Amino acid sequence: MFDHAHVLTVAGKIKAGQRIDAEDALTLAESASLPLLGSLAQRVRKRLHPSSTVTYVVDRNINSTNICQCGCRFCAFFKAPGQAGGYTLTREELGRKIEETLALGGRQILLQGGHNPDMGLAYYESLLGFIRETYPDIHVHGFSPPEIVYFAGLAGVTPSEAIARLKAAGLASIPGGGAEILVDRVRQAVAPAKCSTFEWLDVMRQAHLQGLRTTATMMFGHVETWTDRIEHLTALRGLQDETGGFTAFIPWGFQPDNTALGGTKCSSQEYLRVLSISRLVLDNFANLQASWVTMGREIAQVSLSYGANDFGSTMIEENVVAAAGVRFRMDEPGVRRAITDAGFSPRRRAMDYSLVEVL
Amino acid sequence: MDRPYIASLGLEPVLDKVLADKRLSLSEGQALYDCPDPHVLALLAGHVRTRLHGDRVHYVVNRHVNPTNICVNRCRFCAYRRDEGQEGAYVLTPEEALAKLEAAGPVDEVHIVGGCHPALGLAYYEDLAARVRRAYPAASIKALTAVEVDHLAKISGVGIPEVLARLKAAGVDMLPGGGAEIFAEGPRKTLCPEKIGGDVWLSVMAQAHAIGLRSNATMLFGHLETTAHRLEHMDALRRQQDATAGFVCFIPLPYLPGNNPLGEEAHGPTAMDVLRTMAVARLMLDNIPHIKAYWVMLGLKLSQLCLSWGANDLDGTVVEEKIGHDAGSESAQALTTQELEQAIRASGFTPARRDGLFREASHV
Repeated sequence: MFDHAHVLTVAGKIKAGQRIDAEDALTLAESASLPLLGSLAQRVRKRLHPSSTVTYVVDRNINSTNICQCGCRFCAFFKAPGQAGGYTLTREELGRKIEETLALGGRQILLQGGHNPDMGLAYYESLLGFIRETYPDIHVHGFSPPEIVYFAGLAGVTPSEAIARLKAAGLASIPGGGAEILVDRVRQAVAPAKCSTFEWLDVMRQAHLQGLRTTATMMFGHVETWTDRIEHLTALRGLQDETGGFTAFIPWGFQPDNTALGGTKCSSQEYLRVLSISRLVLDNFANLQASWVTMGREIAQVSLSYGANDFGSTMIEENVVAAAGVRFRMDEPGVRRAITDAGFSPRRRAMDYSLVEVL
Repeated sequence: MDRPYIASLGLEPVLDKVLADKRLSLSEGQALYDCPDPHVLALLAGHVRTRLHGDRVHYVVNRHVNPTNICVNRCRFCAYRRDEGQEGAYVLTPEEALAKLEAAGPVDEVHIVGGCHPALGLAYYEDLAARVRRAYPAASIKALTAVEVDHLAKISGVGIPEVLARLKAAGVDMLPGGGAEIFAEGPRKTLCPEKIGGDVWLSVMAQAHAIGLRSNATMLFGHLETTAHRLEHMDALRRQQDATAGFVCFIPLPYLPGNNPLGEEAHGPTAMDVLRTMAVARLMLDNIPHIKAYWVMLGLKLSQLCLSWGANDLDGTVVEEKIGHDAGSESAQALTTQELEQAIRASGFTPARRDGLFREASHV
């Protein structure tokens, strides 16, 4: 019934506020009971966030194009160039989506898209200029590291130069997507055309050095092992030690429907194990998001007792996870009520986790 | 998690009792509900669950038949009932009920529950049960809650024992556990003033058990009741079980606040409250073998997690369900056997297909 002594030794380190190493994390992953992981993650969460506040952001997830050369095996969203069903948002469509966001009180968009050979650095510089001129209040949280590496390659510049140009054009922060699992063997297997582990981390390093804050994600539950997941977490922790630029970490389970990879949906237990171990390893990340988009309202609520302190985004629209067969939806009142019903106090935030008054 | 940690929360006496398989008192149940670290409950309930069932999680290939939604009771939490003549009111003919069943293919359990219709008498249900028995000789027939049995006795002018005996003779194996709601008089009077009291509910079940019918037991929670009321409810069930030993499975049902007169006066339980209640139920109900996480009302993902908080059953494939969905349940109408088995395996358990009485069911 009780956890083994070697697990309890690691638990003791966490209770004492000490950092755990990769071997400790693997011990927890392989041998700790879920009740112990939940209990420890809840303890760390309360240490970092003593109040009952749970934050969320009102933003819209806008996918500029679904045309993508990457062909990742876990993706149900993309269309290859030339394939039927591909789209590119026009400025009018983008503008309408931003106006709808503003009408709902949102001041941020998450702008991401496929690796579309017709949409490079100059295209997005111009698009950012259009957004800044037309909607000066909008914070653009955009372009995950694989996109930036892709734009840089098309333009023949370094990722650092690409970031500088996008920032100059109005980019305010960078989302942590495309991390998948930051182990090259795994990336080769599920996303061979996507940027490498080194490149992903280097985009984030350069962004942080240029003063852009970013998030970090992990998509688990496909071909990776626990050792790979822990390598992912410790790589992020190492970079965060260096730069302090990550605002939050967001793990979610692979959604297999309509993908080349296929497989089984991540169980609630597996999700909460990963979430709580993330909380325990990432001792220098202030915030951990619950993924209601993939796990639904109830498990997102429960996540707040397994280490999470943030409810992520209201999304407004979501296309990528939906393409993989999962369609949970919540608007701002719904998110606030989910948080309140779970016994916490909802507070709206910005990307950098500064609190925002609800209008 | 270890003994010193549990002791530091004041729960060492509870821990010792759980390890020794001794009965917990009501105040110990309350201490569990009040424990500041809910994960301790998961550990204790998981231990009992494993002691009883190993890594097995049960499910059933089943089909619900709701013969009528016309009901003389006006329970305030109900979004399903209609008056006679009201729009949407219906009564299935036995032929229609059988046709719905046949559309579902082979099943190991038929679950029959509906409203307390003012005129639909015992003969209708005997006929329905006999037809189902003929069509499905090997399936468990789980039909009519204690509330419906009491109602049938009243409108048919016979005693409860006769209703039960005639249903049994027609092929019924067991009674579903519905209508228990919450036994405590205060909230029960507000919630369902016309419905039989908790004492009558328990008495019908005792009489059913006495003639060899088995039954389930439910508890509706997350409305107007307190955790003390829930513990009293569980205690009443286990005392009844000490006497008659007929309860097969306990099913804690979350109040769903959609489309009913009680509505937003009550929010329904939080997800953590559902988990705590699963665990407390597993720990308090030491003489009821099975605890069900009813995915139709909880959603599949929360039901999965309940398996790590004391539950050992996910209910079934269902196919079409009206009562929970009328109250705003957003779960699917049906799951395939494969989906249920995958959900169980992904949670780290081994699926065990059962019939209504939790006997192993062969794959039909």
